[in-house]
Amino acid sequence: MKANPHGVLTGTHFIDGDHACCEGALAAGARFAAGYPITPSTEVVERFAARVPTVGGTFIQMEDELAASIALQGAVWGGAKAFTVTSGPGFSLMMEHIGYAAMTETPCVFVDVQRGGPSTGLPTLPAQADMMQARWGSHGDYEIIALCPNSPQECFDLTIQAFNMAEEFRVPVMFMMDEVVGHMTEKVVIPPADEIEVTPRKHTTKSIEEYLPYGTNGDLVPEMAHAGEGYNFHVTGLTHDERGYPNMTPQTQDKLVRRLQNKVRNAADRICLIEEDHLSDADVVVVSYGITSRVAQRAIDMGRDRGVNVGKLRLITAWPFPEKKIAELASRVKAFVVPELNLGQMVREVERSAAAKAKTFSVPHAGGGVHNPEEILNAIVEASRC
Amino acid sequence: MLNVLNDDTVNPVEPFLRTDRMPHIWCPGCGIGTTVNSFARALIESKIDLQSLALVSGIGCTGRVAGYVKLDSFHTTHGRAIPFATGLKLANPKLNVVVYSGDGDLSAIGGNHLIHAARRNIDVKVICVNNLIYAMTGGQTAPTTPGHATTSTNPYGTFEPAFNLPHLVEAAGAVYVARWTTFHVRQLSRSISEAFQKKGFSFIEVISPCPTLYQRRNKMGDGLDTMKYYKEKSKVKNGAPTSEVGLTLNGEIAVGKFVDRDRPDYQSMMRAQYHESLGERYIEEPETECVCG
Repeated sequence: MKANPHGVLTGTHFIDGDHACCEGALAAGARFAAGYPITPSTEVVERFAARVPTVGGTFIQMEDELAASIALQGAVWGGAKAFTVTSGPGFSLMMEHIGYAAMTETPCVFVDVQRGGPSTGLPTLPAQADMMQARWGSHGDYEIIALCPNSPQECFDLTIQAFNMAEEFRVPVMFMMDEVVGHMTEKVVIPPADEIEVTPRKHTTKSIEEYLPYGTNGDLVPEMAHAGEGYNFHVTGLTHDERGYPNMTPQTQDKLVRRLQNKVRNAADRICLIEEDHLSDADVVVVSYGITSRVAQRAIDMGRDRGVNVGKLRLITAWPFPEKKIAELASRVKAFVVPELNLGQMVREVERSAAAKAKTFSVPHAGGGVHNPEEILNAIVEASRC
Repeated sequence: MLNVLNDDTVNPVEPFLRTDRMPHIWCPGCGIGTTVNSFARALIESKIDLQSLALVSGIGCTGRVAGYVKLDSFHTTHGRAIPFATGLKLANPKLNVVVYSGDGDLSAIGGNHLIHAARRNIDVKVICVNNLIYAMTGGQTAPTTPGHATTSTNPYGTFEPAFNLPHLVEAAGAVYVARWTTFHVRQLSRSISEAFQKKGFSFIEVISPCPTLYQRRNKMGDGLDTMKYYKEKSKVKNGAPTSEVGLTLNGEIAVGKFVDRDRPDYQSMMRAQYHESLGERYIEEPETECVCG
């Protein structure tokens, strides 16, 4: 369906990534946010708090991130599209509720504007060190989707995608910004509402008698009902059967947890968004995401100026990881260069997917700033000689 | 359902239960089922629209209530029933939202949410079944365990001061605060019905036995002995200052309605503020067509 024009601020704006993310959420139909202040993410909900009473919805500042990350799920079951916004320390506190959203199949979006860690770390400075936490931070086996914008424009565009994917697959979607992207101000074009595609909730059309809250028909994603509609459904974080009833058996566990994984894994080709350039003749491929992809672009240009056949693979979707794409490239390139604002996280996935068919060079950075393009260039040159 | 209510061969609370989930997990002599019976009777008495009613629980023995009631029901994470209920109520203000959980869930791990929901005066009704202990996990000390009681984590007796929950929630801002025991089934039903009439944060504490872990370890006998204790040691003190209703081991249990006052609930305050500041720019009703098309 098309976006509701009330939430869409059509026009050309000069705003930062945090504000653009908020506009993306409103355009996607988000009418509920629960938050707790934390640098460098707070601007997203500050803007939402100012905007949402004029479009029909609610912002509530909760007492902590645990509360924010579950209040939004209550709102989803009450019929809203909802999200929360945080940074590293708050993201750590939200982990239990990412698991709850995965287990109860509550469509929602968690925005993490990454800063340096561990612990309080670097509140005002960038990092990309929550990437593994986004994937594995809650206990148990589950799948999530994670998107990585590299500009304010993408903070707008991809926030809409994040909500759309959350609704389509009934999963929590991690929106993995970083401090630079969040605070960088650039031109953001917001199109008219009738040019914005929005995925509606997968609401059941079944009668109360026929409805099975966690029953599926082939596509692995169950239909949802909202509280107050008469369905008398039960939602639990316990292992549950198709009725939503707790069922503590290995058989029910196996069926449920495999479905939670497969509904995302089976659609990975569609979910994995990438941007590529110069891959056809590449000896070396730079794999990057978020703000680092913009620094990497400079290094790639410098490398090509020097005659190195270097290509670009930008991860717009970090999770599920585009392992097929990496495997395919690994069979025909010499090496991958993976710069990231952490001491080596997504590079492990590249290495795993390359399966020793191509070499992998990590270009780590502990955060607090971005790479110097020369560091990435040096790795490109080294990789081209391997 | 009304036909069932007039049929004396069917238990009148049965239509409110997921009978396909019986038998339940609670122990013989446990008081939680008794509270559910009183809750169901309150639903009958108050004639509340069941379709509008959602029940939210946390984790623990009482947390399992959500799974047994035939309502839209949510078994959430440990301590977080109240913030989940907050989101549910704010997204759909037409819902009547009940939080049904235990003392450990609501006042220890969820203690921060309890006081903030009371402060905001979120329009949810909290039924707190207080068995003075962590029961599901084997009888550990709770913030409500009276001094000197023996628990699995205080095998030589507890020595931490306990929370007086009515005092805590009154201080934080609750508009309705009552306490009963599982002996007071009719009074409990009445209080629940009364709370449904209140707009704002209501808190009903129900003192309930855990014969398996609390009564046994403290040599208080079985479920029946506990009923006798509740009968003999309970004293109705409607309107008593909540500062004076703290519990002690084997001591008097002050019961009754302690607080019944009015102040604007969160959503009323929010709407008033937005109307004042934004005038006609304020859109009061959430836009549901953004979700389902």
